[in-house]
Amino acid sequence: MLEVRGLECVRGDHRLFTGLNFQLQGGELLRLRGSNGSGKTSLLRMLCGLLEPAEGEVLWKGADIRAQRDEFNAELLYLGHSNGVKAELTGFENLRINNALCGRSLVDEQLYDALAEIGLGGREDLPTQALSQGQKRRVALARLLLNDAALWILDEPFTALDVKAVAQLAKLIEAHLQKGGMVVYTTHQEVEMRAGACREVNLDE
Amino acid sequence: MSKGAITQPSLFAAWRAMIVRDLTLAMRRRADVLTTLFFFIIVVSLFPLGVSPEMAVLREIAPGVIWVAALLASMLSLGRLFSDDYQDGTLEQMLLLPQPLSVLVLAKVLAHWLVSGVPLVLLSPLLGMQLGLDGDAIILMMLTLLLGTPVLSLIGSVGAALTLGVRGGGVLVSLLVLPLYIPVLIFGTGAVDAATSGMEFEGHLSLLGAFFVLAALLTPLATAAALRISVE
Repeated sequence: MLEVRGLECVRGDHRLFTGLNFQLQGGELLRLRGSNGSGKTSLLRMLCGLLEPAEGEVLWKGADIRAQRDEFNAELLYLGHSNGVKAELTGFENLRINNALCGRSLVDEQLYDALAEIGLGGREDLPTQALSQGQKRRVALARLLLNDAALWILDEPFTALDVKAVAQLAKLIEAHLQKGGMVVYTTHQEVEMRAGACREVNLDE
Repeated sequence: MSKGAITQPSLFAAWRAMIVRDLTLAMRRRADVLTTLFFFIIVVSLFPLGVSPEMAVLREIAPGVIWVAALLASMLSLGRLFSDDYQDGTLEQMLLLPQPLSVLVLAKVLAHWLVSGVPLVLLSPLLGMQLGLDGDAIILMMLTLLLGTPVLSLIGSVGAALTLGVRGGGVLVSLLVLPLYIPVLIFGTGAVDAATSGMEFEGHLSLLGAFFVLAALLTPLATAAALRISVE
């Protein structure tokens, strides 16, 4: 489904990695390893199409993602370093706007349910600038509950989360994989995840 | 979980959501909007003090003064168009939406114009009166601003997108965008000048309208391309 061929990343004068190949099928989990500055985030951004590879290509269902941006984006969920959450808007508003922008029509109940499930019950209507770092992250994570994207690309999803939330997110990822979804993620934390096929790409090698 | 297919209505819903989002944000940060407005008022009010309090002189320069002030005010607000979204990561998310980026850009620019352009148009009669313009000239000036300020926002969006994340981007935007504002300024003030000296002004308005159509069609594409480059 997702295929990477001969990918090369150059930042400034540094070549971070070159000749990277891998494939990811439905139900597979891919963890990127590598020290700081090894190009994990750059690779994730290339997989999303935010960053143009210096060399090589990223294919989705056999075609370059840049040639089918709208179709690919409809099946992609990206959670970056920054939460993508507006500080002046409440958690509920953030989620509602995000859903409308993605072209999904969900009723308010579903949004409130998702926020409650992610542990923000009672705080849905606070501006997110009044929330803690971990709670802001949870607002961003609530998108995972309402999404039916096939490919999740998560950049350090566990940062700022407490133990309970880490376990919950791991469960979410497992459930997504069981439904035949794909997940690519990076983390420096060791989190146990049961997945059918767990693969690793180490950028330090 | 409901699966929403991407259809035309959903594109319109996304378009509307983007406008509502930006208007809500502007409402929660009213100070930013008011700053632009006060800037506009103060710049225009400086001229009677600096040039001459003579009504005849003021009437002569009024269209130009108001237009230049509107130009500067609309540029002042450009910095906010994308930079906040860029910093909190919502811009990245916008680039990854399953909707054509240029259409969303157009929504953002429209919201920006509603917040920073329309108030200038609405305030201009007051400032026109202050500078001694008569009724007809004031109405015409409002009309030119109504046609011209959207063009300023549209052209400005390209500059704002190109200078995203650049240090000292605010000054750079002025250098990039001000030269492109010149035609709008010339025909905007030209229409009012022509009317006050009893000449035809329809040609000026038609040209402003043409600028608007051209800018509305082309600049969203350029802005979308510039955003993709800036976010890399």
